Amino acid sequence: MNKNKVRMQNGITYGIVAGCWILVQIMDKTGHMTSLLRGILVPLCMYSILAISLNLTVGILGELSLGHAGFMCVGAFSGAFFTKCMENVLPNLQLRFFLAILIGAVVAGICGILIGIPVLRLKGDYLAIVTLAFGEIIKNLINVMYIGLDKGGFHFSIKDTMSLGMDETGVVIIKGAQGITGTPKASTFLIATVLLLITLFIVLNLIHSRTGRAIMSIRDNRIAAESIGINITKYKLMAFSISAALAGVAGVLYAHNLSTLAATPKNFGYNMSIMILVFVVLGGLGNIRGSMIAAVVLTLLPELLRGLNDYRMLIYAVVLIVMMLFNSSPKAIEMRSVLLERFRKKKDTAAKEAS
Amino acid sequence: MAMLEVKNLSISFGGLKAVDDFSVTIEKGQLYGLIGPNGAGKTTVFNLLTGVYRPDTGSIFLDGQNITGKKTIEINQSGIARTFQNIRLFKELNVLDNVKAGLHNHYKYSTIEGIFRLPGYYKVEKQMDERALELLKVFDLDGEWDYKASNLPYGKQRKLEIARALATGPKFLLLDEPAAGMNPNETAELMETIRFVRDNFDMTILLIEHDMKLVSGICEKLTVLNFGQVLTQGETSEVLNDKRVITAYLGE
Amino acid sequence: MSFLSYLINGISLGSIYAIIALGYTMVYGIARMLNFAHGDIIMVGGFAIFTVVSTMGLPPLLGILVAVVICTVLGVTIERVAYRPLRGVSSLAVLITAIGVSYLLQNVALLIFGSNARQFTSVVTLPNLKLADGALTISSVTIVTIVSCIAIMAALTSFINKTKIGQAMLAVSEDNGAATLMGIDVNRTIAITFAIGSALAAVAGALLCSTYPSLTPYTGSMPGIKAFVAAVFGGIGSIPGALIGGILLGVIENLSKAYISSQLSDAIVFSVLIIVLLVRPTGILGRKINEKV
Repeated sequence: MNKNKVRMQNGITYGIVAGCWILVQIMDKTGHMTSLLRGILVPLCMYSILAISLNLTVGILGELSLGHAGFMCVGAFSGAFFTKCMENVLPNLQLRFFLAILIGAVVAGICGILIGIPVLRLKGDYLAIVTLAFGEIIKNLINVMYIGLDKGGFHFSIKDTMSLGMDETGVVIIKGAQGITGTPKASTFLIATVLLLITLFIVLNLIHSRTGRAIMSIRDNRIAAESIGINITKYKLMAFSISAALAGVAGVLYAHNLSTLAATPKNFGYNMSIMILVFVVLGGLGNIRGSMIAAVVLTLLPELLRGLNDYRMLIYAVVLIVMMLFNSSPKAIEMRSVLLERFRKKKDTAAKEAS
Repeated sequence: MAMLEVKNLSISFGGLKAVDDFSVTIEKGQLYGLIGPNGAGKTTVFNLLTGVYRPDTGSIFLDGQNITGKKTIEINQSGIARTFQNIRLFKELNVLDNVKAGLHNHYKYSTIEGIFRLPGYYKVEKQMDERALELLKVFDLDGEWDYKASNLPYGKQRKLEIARALATGPKFLLLDEPAAGMNPNETAELMETIRFVRDNFDMTILLIEHDMKLVSGICEKLTVLNFGQVLTQGETSEVLNDKRVITAYLGE
Repeated sequence: MSFLSYLINGISLGSIYAIIALGYTMVYGIARMLNFAHGDIIMVGGFAIFTVVSTMGLPPLLGILVAVVICTVLGVTIERVAYRPLRGVSSLAVLITAIGVSYLLQNVALLIFGSNARQFTSVVTLPNLKLADGALTISSVTIVTIVSCIAIMAALTSFINKTKIGQAMLAVSEDNGAATLMGIDVNRTIAITFAIGSALAAVAGALLCSTYPSLTPYTGSMPGIKAFVAAVFGGIGSIPGALIGGILLGVIENLSKAYISSQLSDAIVFSVLIIVLLVRPTGILGRKINEKV
């Protein structure tokens, strides 16, 4: 049935990721890799994971969320906190990192459930603003959080390092606005690619399953979905928390790609959430492969424009507006179809003349 | 025992009594019509029966079970399915998936089985496909199973809504203006299908309709609503010849 | 005494939020869109005044006038070029376009003025008010801000209730299809709404920068978001709602900065918003919307 078509489409998506990985390996071996490009490989995977996971909420569930960076932030901090705490207990970095990813996913997922329960009753723009608010609250709270560890156990404060009251063996792990310093750099392009593939696997399979159908039926018509006995709250929460958990994974990846982790408006603020939303919308709502490609293209674009320096973000903004107008405006859509028609006719007549 | 027993159902919106003291008894296997002029409160009755609204007073019993004040999904699980006056399909899903969504509570496997494509997934999905196609065949929609629901012509969208409702395995089916927007040929065909569903699915059906040809053609009994109140009820032929009914429709 | 002074400053900050929130609320009420670029119009207004007053040395009132004109023209142009072609399309598409416009404005400002903060000279040159033998000082900016907010609210309310254009705006926000049938030019009405909203943003920019005299291309961003929160708080689409929401937000923000934690003030503001929305899903003065089945 349509299984084969779906399987082929999914195969293409996985193939693109694998192909890109191989391409990067070849470039690396043949010396075509610039340090700029090398530095952006892990972020590319990270943004792709973020875009795919947000698409689950926005495109598949149909609820607008502007707080995705908040879940990423939770994942980043819980993951990095774990790797720091376990430094002496678990010396094997790979294993520690693997566990950190799971922990980041679980903690962010739980946050998704906790936030989703009260919030998912709201609709549309109201939900958008509340999720934005939650994202900002999470960032704010982490910025005032101090956690230290000494032989007596964990110490917690929201004031400063001194009020942690640790003994001489104490180490400060999270230091307020300065965050966590000295996180091990465990994120590699290989691990990031594998995580991206796992994300794709989870989201694509979820969509094409009983659960996915229930989620999409809520998006298409909530009242009808209720009338055929679908539990709205359950499936909304499920989509929202899976989306949050995957954002958490991206966060762990982010945290272990830098040596210091601090929550700033730039990395975990609403601007980041909005940027991820831009990937999702430009890639196409509900189009998972599109999200991934949009994330990669739009992350690379400013980097490739780096030569233009001050103008690059300006160009980015213009491209964004023009693309939206071109993609969505009824006039542009009509114009495109007229042009396409003309093009086809020309081709037809050309073919006739040739024969 | 009656399939549906409604007693003294009332609801008001901002002081306006939309449905006032509505009672009806529908026997198992009956094809029952609910008619009345626009704004008489017919769809409101449907919304009360399916738990979209909670009644202010009154009680609803389905097959002996009290379902008054229950939630929509609980009522669906107790055995009432419905269609909507303004078609509510899952527009972006294909025809097959619309019906499979209706099968949601009858063919189950867990989310984990779905994500990791465990054997349960393949087994249950196959059963779902078969059952869904069976249902689509009844409505002559099996050839269009992979169309996007919103790309179906209007008449077929109405049929798909009925197929989706049937997929939930109801005892009692509510059809809200199933023939709206259909031409006479399509309506005649629909009448056949409704009869077929009643006979082959062991179904009790309550329908709202304005097309009097359809109503007199298939409904065994009728209730006429006017201004939220029951004007009259009884055998179809008697009701349709009732002077008060004609006045209600045409005015004095 | 210090409480009183925090409270008054809070009301003043809230008045600025309220003026910005008006722009959000009117545009949302009429065009059903979140104009994310609204905050950046404030910044444009700020730079316009900065250029006129600090660079050219002209009087502040002229600066405000120039800013109002520039912002109005800018607002109407943005609506015409970027938003109107997307009318009737999904609100998400318009939201993203608005984000694009926001980036554009910020980066143009970045190119012209650079990223360093500019020192903004207050447009209010009146002396500060000293009460209770100097125990309580209220700055003149604070007073001017509160007074302007009240004046703007009063003017806007009577504009909407008394003029034909105002009535047209109400009609469009109620049902723009029906408004079209009644012969109302919806496009023109929306353009006027943008013009008013942007002019108010210019005024808000003057007041904001006079209170917090540091100006960067990102100055409008956070106040914009907060004003949007204020609009939602009060009930988006409602003009008195914008006033209540704005003032409440300003007061809560200032008091929590003073008494709880300056770092947590944003978190507190946002938490109150969430609580309000959970209790009243459409804000304090918002209308309940029922979905018809």
